[in-house]
Amino acid sequence: MSTLHTVNKSPFATQALLSCLNHCKDGDAVLMIEDGVYGGVSGTGMASMVEDKMKSVTLYVLSPDLSARGIDAARLIDGIQGTDYAGFVELVAKHDRTQNWL
Amino acid sequence: MTTKKFLYVNRKAPYGTIYALESLEVVLIGAAFEQDVSVAFLDDGVFQLTKGQDTGEIGVKNFSPTFRALGDYDVTKLYVEAESLAERGLTKDDLQDIQYEDEDDDYAEKPSIIIVNRAEMADVMADQDVVLSF
Amino acid sequence: MKFGVVVSEGPYTHQAADSAYLFVKAALDNGHEVPRVFFYHDGVNVATRLSVPPQDERNIQENWTALAKDHDVDLVVCIAAAQRRGMLDENEARRQGKTADNIAEGFRISGLGQLIEMGIQTDRLVTFGD
Repeated sequence: MSTLHTVNKSPFATQALLSCLNHCKDGDAVLMIEDGVYGGVSGTGMASMVEDKMKSVTLYVLSPDLSARGIDAARLIDGIQGTDYAGFVELVAKHDRTQNWL
Repeated sequence: MTTKKFLYVNRKAPYGTIYALESLEVVLIGAAFEQDVSVAFLDDGVFQLTKGQDTGEIGVKNFSPTFRALGDYDVTKLYVEAESLAERGLTKDDLQDIQYEDEDDDYAEKPSIIIVNRAEMADVMADQDVVLSF
Repeated sequence: MKFGVVVSEGPYTHQAADSAYLFVKAALDNGHEVPRVFFYHDGVNVATRLSVPPQDERNIQENWTALAKDHDVDLVVCIAAAQRRGMLDENEARRQGKTADNIAEGFRISGLGQLIEMGIQTDRLVTFGD
């Protein structure tokens, strides 16, 4: 049993990403969408918190939202995977429930 | 009818935005469907349950008394996160006393608020079929 | 698999209604079912047929209306949230003594029970909001 979490806020604006990562269980997945994709960028003040969690949780960013914001996938934290909307759908299907951190 | 475990997640303070009130409206309507309902309060959501709310001078309805009526709707599991309270300088005593009558125990009055730590809250969340976030 | 989707922010200000639309389209394109989308909070504003976005912008309401028509998706607007925000269908306008209605084709106004029912009847629930 596992959960797909989505985060749609910049981690510099709200605590949604922080709170999400604090409540993830081992084996869960986190998908960053909309302004949430800023949380996946390497070298930021939030990156170490995200990197720490990647030992137990799989992280994804929604690539169309990343491109829209002019972020090259090469700037993502190592190990974060890009996905498109079809991949988003499959992540929802694959996990037992979805929890959206609004 | 299928019974599912529903969790309503409240992470926002009342009055500044409408989410808290409209979340409560969903909980009340949802009660009629006889599902296994839990309500979670974490982050700024813990502010929803504080005592002494008085909206008289802002022209907005004070809906905090409605939380005390949830027991009548068989909504009896209100999980409140201890870390969220502590970070905001709150203790359990700052929250309303919310009770329900346990019909399986001669209608004894029991507390609806269950204080859980962050790891326990994560367990509650992971134990659901449907999670609705507000 | 059956997906239920909640849209809880209004159009244009927030990306939620666009993200939800693209998600639903992708789900349908990949062989899943989306029997219902529920519009709540300011999400009810997606259903107005009176919006006139600039011609070089997407029309969010028309996108949803077309999706409902092509794929038989039930677009439900919460009545309590809708009434607060001035979203009325013909029946409600008459009942409330209002002179106009504004719900677009493909959307219908109904109660919050439809949200709970969607949670019960679908395999997964995804919320797009802010």
